[in-house]
Amino acid sequence: MADLSIDFCGIKSPNPFWLASAPPTDKAYNVVRAFEAGWGGVVWKTLGEDPAAVNVSSRYSAHYGKNREVLGFNNIELITDRSLEINLREITQVKKDWPDRAMIVSLMLPCEEALWAEILPKVEATGADGIELNFGCPHGMPERGMGAAVGQVPEYVELVTRWCKTHSKLPVIVKLTPNITDVRKPARAALAGGADAVSLINTINSITHLDLDRMVAFPVVGNASTHGGYCGSAVKPIALNMVAEIARDPATRDLPISGIGGIGNWRDAAEFIALGAGSVQVCTAAMLHGFRIVEEMKDGLSRWMDEKGYKSIAEFSGKAVPNTTDWKYLDMNYQVIAQIDQEKCIKCGKCYVACEDTSHQSIAQLIDAAGVRTYEVIEHECVGCNLCEITCPVEACITMVPQQTGKPYMNWTQDPRNPRAEVAG
Amino acid sequence: MIESLKHLPQAAGSSASLAEQFTDLAPPLTARQAAIESARCLYCYDAPCTRICPSAIDVASFIRNIHDQNINGAAYGILKQNILGGSCARVCPTEILCEDACVRNHDAEGQPVKIGLLQRHALDHASFSTHPFTRAPSTGKKIAVVGAGPAGLSCAHRLSMLGNDVVIFEAREKSGGLNEYGIAKYKLTDDFAQKEVEFLLSIGGIEVQHGRTLGANLHLQDLHTQYDAVFLALGLNASRQLGLTGEDAPGLMAAVDYIATLRQSDDLAKLPVPRRAIVIGAGNTAIDMAVQIKRLGAEDVTLVYRRGFESMSATHHEQDIAKDNQVRMRTWAAPLEVLLDDAGRVRGMRFEETRLADGRLAGTGAFIEIAADAVFKAIGQSMDPAGLAGPMAQAIAREGDKIRVDDHFRTALPGVYAGGDCVAPGQDLTVQAVQHGKLAAHAIHNDIQTKVGAA
Repeated sequence: MADLSIDFCGIKSPNPFWLASAPPTDKAYNVVRAFEAGWGGVVWKTLGEDPAAVNVSSRYSAHYGKNREVLGFNNIELITDRSLEINLREITQVKKDWPDRAMIVSLMLPCEEALWAEILPKVEATGADGIELNFGCPHGMPERGMGAAVGQVPEYVELVTRWCKTHSKLPVIVKLTPNITDVRKPARAALAGGADAVSLINTINSITHLDLDRMVAFPVVGNASTHGGYCGSAVKPIALNMVAEIARDPATRDLPISGIGGIGNWRDAAEFIALGAGSVQVCTAAMLHGFRIVEEMKDGLSRWMDEKGYKSIAEFSGKAVPNTTDWKYLDMNYQVIAQIDQEKCIKCGKCYVACEDTSHQSIAQLIDAAGVRTYEVIEHECVGCNLCEITCPVEACITMVPQQTGKPYMNWTQDPRNPRAEVAG
Repeated sequence: MIESLKHLPQAAGSSASLAEQFTDLAPPLTARQAAIESARCLYCYDAPCTRICPSAIDVASFIRNIHDQNINGAAYGILKQNILGGSCARVCPTEILCEDACVRNHDAEGQPVKIGLLQRHALDHASFSTHPFTRAPSTGKKIAVVGAGPAGLSCAHRLSMLGNDVVIFEAREKSGGLNEYGIAKYKLTDDFAQKEVEFLLSIGGIEVQHGRTLGANLHLQDLHTQYDAVFLALGLNASRQLGLTGEDAPGLMAAVDYIATLRQSDDLAKLPVPRRAIVIGAGNTAIDMAVQIKRLGAEDVTLVYRRGFESMSATHHEQDIAKDNQVRMRTWAAPLEVLLDDAGRVRGMRFEETRLADGRLAGTGAFIEIAADAVFKAIGQSMDPAGLAGPMAQAIAREGDKIRVDDHFRTALPGVYAGGDCVAPGQDLTVQAVQHGKLAAHAIHNDIQTKVGAA
């Protein structure tokens, strides 16, 4: 079996699956259950200065799919609402009892060096393996000048990271907010401040849905609501892009990344790792299904690695990064054309109406004497956009087939159709 | 009371315990089930379910509305195509219509979307503060509709919507036609047919006169003179004869008559129930009869058909219902003789076994006898000739024993239209009768308005 263990910026873990800083890692009881279930590590829910934060009721809401499956999850919970002393005591005990698991402590404090200088030795004394700076929390805390309010200003990110490196010997992971235009900027700032790694994404500002009778968004607190932080499966594509942006940025390409955002199964994890992550963090999926999901995640990842011949996580980490590029470097001569497997087609007509109404009118609807519909690709009209394949409810019924154009690779910078081409065609 | 069976014992058990045998054969979906089932719909384009629906209901659209919790929108979408969508949801042979056509009725997809039950769900849970359809400004025209079955009701409703006044003449005490008198009791429960009629009539502009029988106390000549148009929705009221001696013997009767009595009975314990029964026929009525008499307590019920299972007009789904209710099915046997006891009552039937010889049905010369206290014939219905016997009615062309109509439901007699089971060609389906009524209403309205415009 493949070796799932990792060494992430000096933090060792029996597998790459960590629980993200969130309600599941709020106290010893939960974390012990997580370790019993087999999680490789946890990022303990964010500690702050005393007195501890106070939370409201209610706190969560969700964006649902067709079968009431949770696509996205939204929360307005703050950092830990328990005292620093209790948290530190529990962290010490759990780390002592579970020495092989990664114990990272998430921190959030105002931008005052003295406060950081005071708390860091206490955290270090617990035996924790590292700290994660919560520069991402998008709700509540930014109103107090913390969380995303720091993460959105690269100068603050660099400053606080440097304080932490100054006052602690522990590896420092800077957790980034996605509520920003260019995620590479705070990543570069973290690196400049001496960060050992970044983790991303934190949650995205969100309102999931409304009670249209009461005219108030969820989650409802009294008669009002506030935006929360969005996570879960729906944010995975956003997170993957941000991870890739940092992984392929020459300035940060060697900076370890802990991938976070909608990871719910081994495949999600493999995708984050392939785009440059060295560890992955999970929260929503565990909150929806319990800690037991790590069992299938580990099993699936390890079997896939065996199948592909990857002996370690490091062997395929970042393997998809070189294939992630700017638009201008894509091959203008590459051509795919849709092909419909008539044996598999159930004649729902979805590809036809999608192409006819909203794309390139490249699918013909043929009606025989008995009224039976057949859908056929008009090859010379097909631009290879993938829409039909996406709308088709039957897996592998429509495939996008690469064409032998006989033309060499030519990107937009070389394309004669580009008025600003760098190289003549 | 059923005269020809009055010598038989009454059903065993109380009316209440018997009534439990006639609750919904297909129970309604719960809200949760409807949510799951509606999510299975792929929202096909040019959807085969809609193409095959005789009343052209936009299935994908109403299911999407159910899923999006717009139940009234779903119900409106159904009713605008089929004002009797509630009964059709219950009685349609969806297994040969929408659910057969469903793209998910495919080996790779598992099973079709439960379209019939979803349609019922939408209509059961819709709530309209007023009738959902409004009447166009009055045309001042008045149309006579003969027959308050699905075709007549549907036609009347659409005519009213288009601004016309309608008088429906109905021979029986209640409106609804086969929904009221002919459908198996467990398919339309809780007096649904009457509730639906009440809903339909709430559009206004429709008067129903009961006890008016064409050819008896109602004459086509008069209707033709007094109304701007006439729509004949006569149904098929005459049960076909076996053509055997003993056909009138006590113990032998038409299945539709027994079913009508059963449907109207307020005390099921008073119904005569044979210990052993034979049902002759192969259609859905034969199955309905066999299953209902079994559920009323008959010990031994045999359905006899002169051809094989593959030729039965009852669908596989219906045949399965019969099997589930321990109805024995005997194929390849043709009725030959009604066997009578000393008192002249039915004691059984003799059949000749049959086979196909050069594609034609032939007797084998082998005989079987099946003992029975009652024989129910369900070998088809035809139009009662008495209704269209007058001199004017002779001008209405026939096709076989049905009325011939053109694409606009016009008979050969100007101003007289016809639809439902009494016209050819047709499939004898409730949903098709509803569609006939609806389309005939448009044809009638357009013809009248064209004439008005030309005048």
